[in-house]
Amino acid sequence: MIVNRETIAELAKENKRLDDRSLTEFRQPILVETNISWTAEGSARVQIGETVVMAGVKLSIEKPYNDTSDEGGIMVNAELSPIASPEFETGPPGIKAVELARVVDRGIREAKAIDLKKLCITPGEKAWFVIVDIISINDGGNLLDVAGLAVLAALKTARFPVVDPETGAIDYKQKTDKSLPLTKEPLPITIYKVNGVLMVDPTNEEEKAYEARLTVGSDAKGTISAMQKGGDVPLTIEEIGKMVDLALEKASFLRKELTKALKA
Amino acid sequence: MAYTKRVDGRKIDELRPMEAKAGVIKNANGSASFKIGKTWAIAGVYGPREVVPRFMANPRHGILRCHYTMMPFSGSGERIKPGRSRRAQEISMVMEQSLAPVVDLSAFPNSVVDIFVELPQTDAGTRCAAISAASIALADAGIPMKDMVSSVAVGQVDGMVVADLNYNEEAYPAIVSDIPVAMLHNTKEITLLQMDGEISKEDLLKALELAKVATEKVYQLQVKALKEKYAVNNEDN
Repeated sequence: MIVNRETIAELAKENKRLDDRSLTEFRQPILVETNISWTAEGSARVQIGETVVMAGVKLSIEKPYNDTSDEGGIMVNAELSPIASPEFETGPPGIKAVELARVVDRGIREAKAIDLKKLCITPGEKAWFVIVDIISINDGGNLLDVAGLAVLAALKTARFPVVDPETGAIDYKQKTDKSLPLTKEPLPITIYKVNGVLMVDPTNEEEKAYEARLTVGSDAKGTISAMQKGGDVPLTIEEIGKMVDLALEKASFLRKELTKALKA
Repeated sequence: MAYTKRVDGRKIDELRPMEAKAGVIKNANGSASFKIGKTWAIAGVYGPREVVPRFMANPRHGILRCHYTMMPFSGSGERIKPGRSRRAQEISMVMEQSLAPVVDLSAFPNSVVDIFVELPQTDAGTRCAAISAASIALADAGIPMKDMVSSVAVGQVDGMVVADLNYNEEAYPAIVSDIPVAMLHNTKEITLLQMDGEISKEDLLKALELAKVATEKVYQLQVKALKEKYAVNNEDN
């Protein structure tokens, strides 16, 4: 269905949306399923509305970087697989995938959510490196926020594999009960400005109607660890203040949903 | 040591537990999830649609294109670097050849039907799971098909001919052969045949006979998955 972006913009002005949600309401269902992949050290499938994303954590032992010889590392990568949308193409990640991965990555890295010093095994020689891969399964809009939730769920449920004390080789088929040194729970939330008003969790059609967006990564205390403005319409300082407030509120909402899902 | 009992206690013609579901990706024209043991394939079909790049277009009939991808965390060892490996390219090609004989794209000149398969976790038999998932997804997409393609590996482990080898059997320290097979339900013709390992001609023919029984079980599940989706849609109306 092709919906005129003007219709979406007009409705937004009246505080309305095509699916009858309020402008600041996330879609339902919000489903978080963890340990979906036995080959990953941690994994999750998250669905919000019709958007589905999988995330998996792999751990490896590498030589630390020279300038941080007593630390391990983290990297987030995203593949916007063409399985998820007729608009995605095969081939190396495009700018949309790169931006998504980098914004999610910064939210975790800059929050120091993973204590990288605790990932060090032997300074200058060996440390654990965490690689999180995000795969889109169905793009129904708002992939970034859904991916951010999937990554946090995968990190929270990851377990270190067994390491042979003699050879130092990793036995990926056996997991210990040791989890990652996760000190915070950062989540990215994207606020969209549509026809001058603020909106969260857009559908595909709504995503095409926005003027500007701001992604805010924040932890449970409300500390901001990453931001990214998108779109070619400028934002006022006042608007940014409102967007950050809304992002913190929605991050706390999704964090509660995650806690609920992990307990169940 | 002779292989007298399978490592996971299965009978020789017994497949690992399977699950199949049609219609798992909203945006796709057809889709399916297929699990066999700890191997999991998700297939999405897009098309018939315009061919990009254009030079691939055939004015006589539509073309079928497969894209097989193991998710970076789906291997039993280290992370797999994203990007098309030689292995993924070859599997994509044999998938196309195993599915092409049943699809009729004569009504869609200059078009392409793209099949994307993503595997979140694997434990042997990934190309077979990919083909079985893709076949359900093609039917779900309403692509004209003459038959269903059902795929499972057969093989020989230290003299015992078995169906659906798991990783531990593939890695068994004796003479092992692994033969991924795709079979058409109605004609019992074979559209995928690969092999690695060692096997005698007698055992090969025995294994291919076993493939008939094994693929029939996959077929039953594929049909069930499609019927279940159809039933759900009726309730929605």
